This record gives sequence, C-alpha cells and structure tokens, in this order.
Amino acid sequence: MSVLTENTATPAKPLAQRINWVKLAPWLYTIGLFVLWELLVIVLQTPPTILPAPSRVFQAIVQYWSPIWKNSLQTLYTTTVGFAIAVVAGLAIGLFIGWSKAIYAGLYPLMIGFNAIPKVALVPILVIWFGIGAVPAILTAFLISFFPIVVNVATGLATIEPETEDVLRALGAKKLDIMLKVGIPRSMPYFFGSLKVAITLAFVGSVVSETVASNYGLGNMMSSAQSQFNVPLVFAGLLMLAVEGIAMYALMAWIEMRMTGWAHRSSMSQ
Amino acid sequence: MPHLVTIDNVDMRYGGAAGTLAVSGLTMKVGKGEFAAVVGPSGCGKSTLMKLVTGLHIPQSGVVVVAEKQVTKPVSIVGMAFQNPTMLPWRTTLDNILLPLEIVERHRHRLRANKKEYVEKAEHLLETVGLKGFGSKFPWQLSGGMQQRANLCRALIHEPELLMLDEPFGALDAFTREELWCVIRDLHAAQGVTIILVTHDLREATFLADRIFVMSARPGKVLKEHTVPFARPRDLEVMYEKAFNDMVHELHGEIASARVVA
Repeated sequence: MSVLTENTATPAKPLAQRINWVKLAPWLYTIGLFVLWELLVIVLQTPPTILPAPSRVFQAIVQYWSPIWKNSLQTLYTTTVGFAIAVVAGLAIGLFIGWSKAIYAGLYPLMIGFNAIPKVALVPILVIWFGIGAVPAILTAFLISFFPIVVNVATGLATIEPETEDVLRALGAKKLDIMLKVGIPRSMPYFFGSLKVAITLAFVGSVVSETVASNYGLGNMMSSAQSQFNVPLVFAGLLMLAVEGIAMYALMAWIEMRMTGWAHRSSMSQ
Repeated sequence: MPHLVTIDNVDMRYGGAAGTLAVSGLTMKVGKGEFAAVVGPSGCGKSTLMKLVTGLHIPQSGVVVVAEKQVTKPVSIVGMAFQNPTMLPWRTTLDNILLPLEIVERHRHRLRANKKEYVEKAEHLLETVGLKGFGSKFPWQLSGGMQQRANLCRALIHEPELLMLDEPFGALDAFTREELWCVIRDLHAAQGVTIILVTHDLREATFLADRIFVMSARPGKVLKEHTVPFARPRDLEVMYEKAFNDMVHELHGEIASARVVA
C-alpha cells in the first residue's frame, strides 16, 4: 500500500513503476492460466467433452447459474458445518491429548491409524447409519478435517518451555492453571494455522461424500453432469469449489492474523 | 540469625534407583535476609538445588526445610528467575509481571478487586529496575537485558520471602550484567528478601553474596563455605581491590580442583 501512495505523489514515473506488481500478481497469474488454457484448447482443438475451454466453462456457469448457485450453497453449508464440528472436537481432543504424556502416548498411534484410513471408504458406512444426504457429507468433512487441528493443538501444549512451567509450579500452580495461562494461549497460533489446512480438507470430504451419496451439492451436480457428458458443467462445478476454497482459506488466514498477531512478531514490529 | 532454608544431608537421584545421582549428602543453611551464592563446576547439581528448595523435586533421602516447614510440595513463597526470561509473548510486560498474582493462592482471589493497587506495585517495581513506562510494551519489543529486568519484577511481584536465581545474567553482555548486579544488590538491600543465586560467574558471586557455597562435581555436595567480608553497600569499584581478586582467585582454584577430581 505504501508503495502506491508514495508513487501517486510523484506522477512523473512511468506507468509500469506506478503499479504494485506484488498485489496484482495473483490476478495476473489467474488470468494467465485461463488464457493459456484457452489457447491450449484452440491449438489442440480438443472437443468440449474432453477439455472444455474456459470460455465454454464460463458460459456453462451463466447457463446453469440457478442449480450451480443452489448446489454451491449446499456444499458450502455441509462443509462449514462439518468444519465447525471439527474445530470444536479438534480443539477438545487436542487439549485432552496434550494434557498429559500418558494420554498423548496412548491416543497418538490410534489417531494416526484413524487418519490413515481413506475417508471415502467410510462414506458407505455413514450412509448405512444415516442414509444419503447432508449428514454423511457433514460427517465426512468433519472426519477428514479434525486431525490436523488435533495434532496442532496437542503440539502447542506439549512444547511449553520447562522453565515457564517450573516458575508457575513453584508458585503453587495446578495443571489447570498452567493450561489456562500458558498452554492454551500458546497453542492458539498452531490452532489457527491448522484451520487453513483443515478448511480445504473439509471441502474434499464433503464433495467426496456428495459425489457418492447425495442428491444435492456440487459433488452430486458434477457426478450427474458427468453421466450426461455435460463436461463444461463439471468444470463449472470445479471452478466454484476452487472459489469457495479460496474464500474460506482467506477467511481463516484473516482470523489467524487477527487472533494471534503476537505470533507474527517480525511483521508487526515494523 | 534464624534460618529460612535448611538442607540436611539430601540425596537426589533422577530416573529411578539406577539413575544418576545429582546431589549426595548435600547440607547447607541460608539465614533469613541473607544473600547466598552457589558456585561449582558444570553439572554439579546447582539446578537440582533450585528445584529442591522450591519443592519442584522432593529428595529421596534427607530433609529440606523452608520457612520452618518441611518441603513436600511447591512452596509458593519463592520467586524464580532463570537465564531464559520466559516472558509470555501474548501478554504485555505488565501483564507478564502480574502473572504470579493470578497463581499464588493468597493473591489470586484479591486480584480482580484490587487490580489498581497491584498494577501500581508492578509499575513501582518496573521503575526500580529501570523500566519505567515499558509496561505496555510486549516482551519481544524489549532487549535481552530489559526482558531480564522484567523477569526479576515478575519474580518479586508477589513479595516472596525467598528469591531463587539460576544464572539470570548468563546471556547478557558484560555492561548490562554489571548494571543488573547493581539492581539486584539494591533490591536485596531495600526489600530484605533472602536470595539464593546459582551462578558460574565467580566475580558475580563475590560481588553480590554474603556467603558463597562451593559445590563439588556430580554428585554435588558443598565442599566449602566462604563468608564474603566486604562491607555493604558495595560499589562496583570493590571488584578492583586486591582482596576481591584474591577471593575470586581462591574460588577459582577450588572449582578447578573439584573438576579435576571428577
């Protein structure tokens, strides 16, 4: 920002120097990608049923806007609900695991084993339990995204400096005091950092489940579009997912900055 | 002089029956209001001594008595400061200093209602150590020396009877260290607190302490006890007197031979 305001004061500089290229870069690169894609389709003359050009995809977005919008909201809904449960449960389990070395040692292998299971394999089980629809999508989003939150919170708690703990214990601090005063605030940067990873994983979970077992959502929309060879609509769905993913990631990054600015010292002290 | 700290024939072994013996047959007494320094070769169990006195470790044999009570749990009348200032980065310096008050039983229930009084006290302490007006800064905005000053304030805020210092000035440059020696000297003179200072720096020990305990190599025990003869208040100039240098020299010799034995 400062570069921009500084340069408007001296308008003698050429245009190329007046533009903040770093701020503009994400947009330029995105446009560049679409242009490249468009050119590739024109040069190779790929049929739209194999790889539709971006212009064709945008056309599909306009054409099918009503179902796309409805299904995007549905996916956003299942993802954020699953993610919200993951935040609450991940925080709770992370605090529980980080509480003592014995719990940490006992539960950690179990958690890793659980995380190694492909969540798509759990969808049929969830369908048996809850039927098809929003519930399996929410639960899959939850199951896939809570692990990084747990690991990060537990790590934050497990790495309290021993001196800090000694100082407080010598004053008669209980385990709960140390957790409340040091452990939890200390693990917050880890926690907020993990949200960025978790939210993108949550999209993976909800879309996988919608594809396999739902009548709503972008996953379902894309799988039925695919069965009708409506490939531009499939790509339109992918594009919407990317947009939602970027928006939620940006939101998490913003929350992280707001909540734990102290952990980003170098940028704040300037 | 009544003794605030009595350690009698203490053994402390880490890691079960076959573990390392950190201190063995350790005996020492520190009087109320006294400034004691503990020196010795590295690995002589100085940090173990800190943990024994504060009740973080309970010895396998022997007795530790602090303030006429046998130590069986953390004693809470102590303040501690380590070489690493361990300020919490999400709290301002002032809030860091107030942290012990949120823990110590006698203050934690009064803190909210008497916040103003406590803040005034913390600000007074900050002024004493030369950090007036820095309370609202975050610790990572302070230099190492300033953080260590704030660390001393945190160790003193709950008016401990005993201050345990574990090489608090080890990581500082020579001039800052001398400044903080004077800060500690003045705090000791003004508040009448009992101080046990664990250090590698023999000049530091001789300048600050009333008595110096020389410890042996592991397993640690007290080899020799010196009474420091220089009159208080001491000026930094005392370090250039012959008697001062002779004493540092003697201590140096004792520790060197303790290392050879090990």
